[in-house]
This record gives sequence, C-alpha cells and structure tokens, in this order.
Amino acid sequence: MLKTESISKKFGSLEVARAVSLELPRGARHALIGPNGAGKTTLINLITGHLKPDSGRILLEGEDITGVAPAARVRRGLTRTFQINTLFPDLTPIEAVTLAVCEREGEAGQFWRSLASHTDAIDEAYGVLSQLRLADVATRTTRTLPYGQQRLLEIALALATKPKVLLLDEPAAGVPRDESAMLFSVIAALPDDISVLFIEHDMNLVFQFASRITVLVAGGVLLEAEPDVIRTDSRVREVYLGHGHD
Amino acid sequence: MSDTTHTAAETPQRWLRRQGRWSPVEIVFWLATLLPFFLFPTYLPLASQVAIAALFAISVDLVLGYAGIVTLGHAMFFGLGAYAAGLLSVYGWGEPITGLLFAGVFAGLVGFVASFLIVRVQHLALLMVTLGLGLLTYELANAMTWLTGGTDGLRGIRMWQVFGYFRFDLWGYTAYGYSLAVLFIGFLISRTIVNSSFGLALRGIRENVKRMPAIGSDYKWHLQKIYAISAALAGVAGGLLVQTTSTVTMEVLSFQRSADVVVMLILGGTGRLYGAIVGAIIFLLVRDQLAGMNPQYWYFGIGLLLMVVVLFMPKGILGALARLTSKRG
Repeated sequence: MLKTESISKKFGSLEVARAVSLELPRGARHALIGPNGAGKTTLINLITGHLKPDSGRILLEGEDITGVAPAARVRRGLTRTFQINTLFPDLTPIEAVTLAVCEREGEAGQFWRSLASHTDAIDEAYGVLSQLRLADVATRTTRTLPYGQQRLLEIALALATKPKVLLLDEPAAGVPRDESAMLFSVIAALPDDISVLFIEHDMNLVFQFASRITVLVAGGVLLEAEPDVIRTDSRVREVYLGHGHD
Repeated sequence: MSDTTHTAAETPQRWLRRQGRWSPVEIVFWLATLLPFFLFPTYLPLASQVAIAALFAISVDLVLGYAGIVTLGHAMFFGLGAYAAGLLSVYGWGEPITGLLFAGVFAGLVGFVASFLIVRVQHLALLMVTLGLGLLTYELANAMTWLTGGTDGLRGIRMWQVFGYFRFDLWGYTAYGYSLAVLFIGFLISRTIVNSSFGLALRGIRENVKRMPAIGSDYKWHLQKIYAISAALAGVAGGLLVQTTSTVTMEVLSFQRSADVVVMLILGGTGRLYGAIVGAIIFLLVRDQLAGMNPQYWYFGIGLLLMVVVLFMPKGILGALARLTSKRG
C-alpha cells in the first residue's frame, strides 16, 4: 500500500532521515517508536509531502508520489493527523467534517449551492462523528470541546478524506491514560482496509495495538519487527526502554 | 454565527439549514432601508453614498472577514470599476446596468490576475502586496492622463435612464433607489456564497490554513476565486458611485479609500456581511455630522470611535450586539 524507498533528509549537517525504508501492507497497524528527536514526525512530514526528501522515493499503491503536492496526496488516500491539534477552532465538528467530505468529493468550490443542500456529505460527516463518539457535540463550537474530544476530531477529519493510509502522529498526545486507551480502541476499530502508521510513546499501547513496529534512532531504522521481537531485543532496550522501564 | 444555543435532539441537517435562514431582524432591517425615501428625502444623496460604501465594504468582508486575506488596497478594484463605468459612458454607452456589469467584469478580471500574486504571500507581506498594487494602480491612472483625466477627473459622463425610465434626478431619488437595489443584489450574492460549501471552505482557510491541505483542499484556488469575486463586487460599487454622481476623480483609487473601507468593516464587525453595512452607515453618518461641526478635524472623531470599538468590542458593533442578545435569549 505505502512504501518508502530509502528516503533521506538533512537539515544542514543534521541527518533527520537516513535511508529510511518502510512498507505498510493493506490493513497494517504499524507503530513508529523511538526516543525524542529520532525523526518520527519528520518521517511523517516526508511521507505526506510537508517536507521534500533529498533522496529516495515514496510509493502509494505502487505509484511514485515523491513529487506530488500534499493536498493531492490526501486526495489519493494518504492522510495524516497532527501531534498538536490542528483544527478549525470556530467551526463546529459537523461543519469541519462536512467540509472535508466536500473537499474529497470536489464540491467545496460550489459557491452557488447552499451548504445545507449537501445532504449526502452532511450525513456522511455525521456518520464519521458518530463512529468517533462525537455525535452529541456535532454542533458545538470546536474551541469549546474538551481536549480529548478535540483529539478525536483530529482523527474524524482525517477519516472524512477516506484514507487508504492513515498516519497518526501521537494521536493520544496529552490525553490522560484512561482516555488514551479508549482513543486507541477507536483506532483499532477502524476498517481493516485502512493501513495505519502511528507514533506513540506509551509502550503498553504500542504492544497492544501494533502488529508491527519500527524503531527509529537518530533518523535511521534500528529495527523493524513484530512486537514480541521488539520487546526482547537488547538494542531496543538500550536506546529506548533502557532506564526507568522495569 | 455558531454561538446560538442548540438542543441535543436537533439533527445536524436541521442545524445547518437553520444557520442559513433569514431572521425577522434581517427583514426589518431591509425594510428600514426604504425609510430615507419618506423620512429624510434631503439626505438621499448621502444615503446613496452609504449604500455604495456598504457594497464596497461587503466586497472587502468576503476576502477579509471570511477568507482572512487582509487588504489595504481594495480601492484599486473600486477605482478600476469606477473608471470602467465612467469611460464607457464617455465613449458613448450610458446604459447604467450594462455599465455596471462591465465595471464588475473588468475589475473581476484584474482581480483574478492579481490573485496569482496574492496567494503567494501571507501576513505582513500580503498587506504590503495589496498596498503596493493599490499604489501602483493609483499612479498608473495618474500617469495616463489622456485616458483618466488625471487629477482633473473624467469629463463628459452622461448616464441614460435606468430601465429607460428613471432619470438620475437632482434630489437623488433614482440614485438611492438604484444604489439600494444593487446593494441588495450584491448582498444576496454574497449571502449565497458565504452560506455555501465554498463559504465554509473560506472559513476553514481563515480558521486554520495549515489544516486545509491535510483534508485534501486546494485552498489557494478557493482564495483566487473569492478574490476575483470580491474584486468584481468592489468594481460594481465603484461603477455605482460614478453613475450616481457623474464624476470620477483619482480619489476613487486612493489609499484613503482602501483604509476607510477597512475601518468601516472593523467598526461594524467582520465576517458577518451586516457588519459591513452597519459599519458603512456609522462611518458616513459620523463623518457627515463631524464634518458639519468641524470640517478640518473630523478624522479625530473617527479615530476615537475606532479605538473605542477595537478596545471594547473586538468583534465590532454588530458582534457586541449579537453577544448581548444571545446572553439575554
């Protein structure tokens, strides 16, 4: 589904991505872990086109999308969420998600047709919000929602684009522990045909929800394996789980 | 407008439909615009000026209030529309309605061309680009004296009757009726736009431009579109001014006009269309009164009013009113 072929990126002399090759098959639940500054978010920025790699290729369904603009990648089914809420504070969730649906359907530019007449888009948006347990607050201003619900709205906006590949940058960042488990259960319940790559620091959640894990250190892949292998690998313990964790 | 209360039982469909519905206050407001005909017939020329300024302010609200494009050069489009309508008449075609359409299309086309530049910059640079384009246009008109009449203004504008029936009279009956009708049509068009999915996309851009590409939006194309539409509307307003006063001077392109229209918008409140109208009314009435008292220093009063509004009513006079009524209700 999604494949990166040896992508590299330098900021000055600092290598933030070093020949990173990843492959996400259809339906993957792939975790990206690593210490702070390992280049996890940078990698997501490279995959989504917010940054341009110095070398290497990015393939979506076998097609080279390395030179494709971020918005066009989204329309092809490669969508991300943000570590820091990147929402529309003065819109209501139903408005925001309807907008995303309209953009996907190419209807957002229609200035002669009232918003209320896009009934299919509104129904679909409401469906997505219900799926993420946001139906009750659909018509409240985003700014006034509790933080945890805003995190869910991040995901709702991404889902409205009908992604084939979903990149979640610390979806539970800043969410209390009990709520983050709930949030991940929502993610786990996503349709099987969506491939998910997520960054997460809580190792319990990672081991619970990932079917495969990539460990990133200093911009390069240290190891990619199944959770059981990662759990027992001595190098991973050293750089990441090392001190503090039991 | 999302600050209204809601009931949990309401479906999102219904809720969204309600956002675009006419309220009784709006209907009363538009009926009240007819009052000058009966109550203040001596003020009809001023009322006509207000209607024109309101249409211009609405055009700025579309880009500034909805799409978040800050502009200090919109008089450029107002002025281009004014000269287009004026020149059309000078060269022998004085039919007002086609004249206005011509003014709008011309300003809109220039706006579309300018939009390619506008969407490349943001923040302070954007402000400077709009300012620079405005100044360039002004000096261009100044240099092309053979066409524009330069500082003397354009001579020989003669308008035909509206619909071949209403002559532009000395008292301003036709002028106000015509300006008001065009304002209302311009308002209806703008209202349709802001209540559409496109209007929602514009609000999305204003609220968080960074998120737009992440939901697959080619938002720059949206911006170009609204900029051209806004320019066209500003051009129509400029054309109206020329047709109702039979004069064009360089003033229509001036920086002062660009700044005044933003002040009107800030006074009334951005992003709600009616703010543009209320702002234009207040600005021109205050100016009229103050200029009567002291013709030299009337901007002092406007400055004071602006500060009071910005400090105590950050969402403008209409924004403050809306908060008051929603608290009570």
